[in-house]
Amino acid sequence: MVFFVAVGTLCAICGALAFLLTLADRYLNDYGLCTISINAGERVFTTTGGDSLLTSLSQEQIFIPSACGGRGSCGLCKLKVLGGGGPLLPTETPHLEADEIKDRMRLSCQVKVREDMAIEIPEALFSVREFRACVTELTPLTHDIQLVRMELIDPETIDFTPGAYVQLQAPEYPDSPESVYRAYSVASDPRDTRHLDLIIRRVPGGICTTWVFDHLTVGQRVTFNGPHGDFEMSDTESEMIFIAGGSGMAPFLSMLLDMVQTQTTRPARYFFGAVNRRDMFYLDEMKEFEAKIPDFKFIPALSNPEEAEGWDGETGLVTDVVKAHYRDCSDKEAYLCGSPGMIDACVKVLTGLGMPEENIFFDKF
Amino acid sequence: MLEQVSLAAQGQPGVLGQLVIIFLAAAFTDNILLSRFLGMCSFLAISRQMKTSIGLGIAVVFVTTCTAGINYLVHAYVTVPLGIEFLEYIIFIVVIAAFVQLVEMVVERFSPPLYFALGIFLPLITVNCAILGVSLFMLAKQGYGFWQSLVFGAGSGIGWMLAIVLMAGIRSRIREDKVPEGLRGAGITLIVSGIIALAFVGFSGMIKF
Repeated sequence: MVFFVAVGTLCAICGALAFLLTLADRYLNDYGLCTISINAGERVFTTTGGDSLLTSLSQEQIFIPSACGGRGSCGLCKLKVLGGGGPLLPTETPHLEADEIKDRMRLSCQVKVREDMAIEIPEALFSVREFRACVTELTPLTHDIQLVRMELIDPETIDFTPGAYVQLQAPEYPDSPESVYRAYSVASDPRDTRHLDLIIRRVPGGICTTWVFDHLTVGQRVTFNGPHGDFEMSDTESEMIFIAGGSGMAPFLSMLLDMVQTQTTRPARYFFGAVNRRDMFYLDEMKEFEAKIPDFKFIPALSNPEEAEGWDGETGLVTDVVKAHYRDCSDKEAYLCGSPGMIDACVKVLTGLGMPEENIFFDKF
Repeated sequence: MLEQVSLAAQGQPGVLGQLVIIFLAAAFTDNILLSRFLGMCSFLAISRQMKTSIGLGIAVVFVTTCTAGINYLVHAYVTVPLGIEFLEYIIFIVVIAAFVQLVEMVVERFSPPLYFALGIFLPLITVNCAILGVSLFMLAKQGYGFWQSLVFGAGSGIGWMLAIVLMAGIRSRIREDKVPEGLRGAGITLIVSGIIALAFVGFSGMIKF
């Protein structure tokens, strides 16, 4: 009996306090209507205060890039706040350089809308749209990588350059109480404007990838926004060195599909790094690309192949394989896609081979 | 009133006198920070600046007073009648947490500069052991009613504020002094706290029960 009384009282007290706090929140966090003016009046809208700038903007269909979904850990949501932003917060300073701070850059996920504000955002972000699509295919490529193909519903077509990424929304599901956005590079042909392909690797404990692998089904509707990013092929004729492993192949697939259509004679070499045979995929497709594109070679490298697999290709770390392949890279360009650690290692090797830093392009996720 | 005077004449404190004694004891002789050494974390970190120390001190006074009062009412009218005193540890913490949330919202609304200056330390008041300590000590002193608890909470809070303001003053004084490398920062602060604590022991003769 005492047990029920105890538990019941505890619940009652907690409930009463929660109710009190909700009331207080309604009255105290009421900042009224605030007007936000973008790019000196090019676009003006009013919103109820109390939310972060990032949230208020996305409610207005203006999507600022964000990989962490507003937690203040990725630093991608930077924009210029000309007025009404309040003092700089300690949660923002790790992501802002001194000259950015002087330039009045702020993290929009940390700035709270309390009063009228004036901000500045790049023009390109205005063309970012939110899309609804339907999953048409879920194909496993390796033990932990999956291809997600979708057909666009509204809007019906998407216009992007190879190398762009989109932010996929993972909705609430049993183990995740709120929806999050995660960035993935587009892997499909830019000429196929009705479809979108993503290559996703399962991250143990990851909110979005767990949803994709365990809960997403063919025929399900998904939401994403984009296209984002400025990772794209340059318009020179220098040889391109692609370096990526696993799901990092995504942007390069899009680029290669584009190169098949343009039949460019620009030389390109793709170094694909993996641990062993079971991490490899699309080997046949790469052979097709080699046949269809005038000057393209696919060079896979395994760092730890098993004896039984009979691997007769390159072995070792992908950075070592690149080093062995080239003597001088001063007239070439590199495109990298992978973890910050892998990218730093590649940059070191490439600059060591004479490649100027401005010729190295990357997408750090 | 006459009753108080006649009681005082007999050497016994009346109700008002008792409250004053409780207040003075909580603030000086039984100082929650300097005698019991509770609430050290924010004390060490915030006492660097006088302005934020005063701000945090006021917030702590408000929280200790109100939570002491609320927790007494919960004790007297909920846990004791229902016989669930063993839940008090949890219930007190929940009440304190909710109350601090409320204070946070109020501070953010009416004084954003103070809110930003306090930063993480405002929500940290919740886990400031001094606050829970006040609620639990007030219960340990079994004679206390509602007003006594309220005054005890206020006294403890003001004692804490007194200690942090003192420390802020001292730290601004010794800022220019040549403190040995290894002792700079937390080291010298703890040594100074010890010395102030010794000084406060001198108050113990002040109040005779």
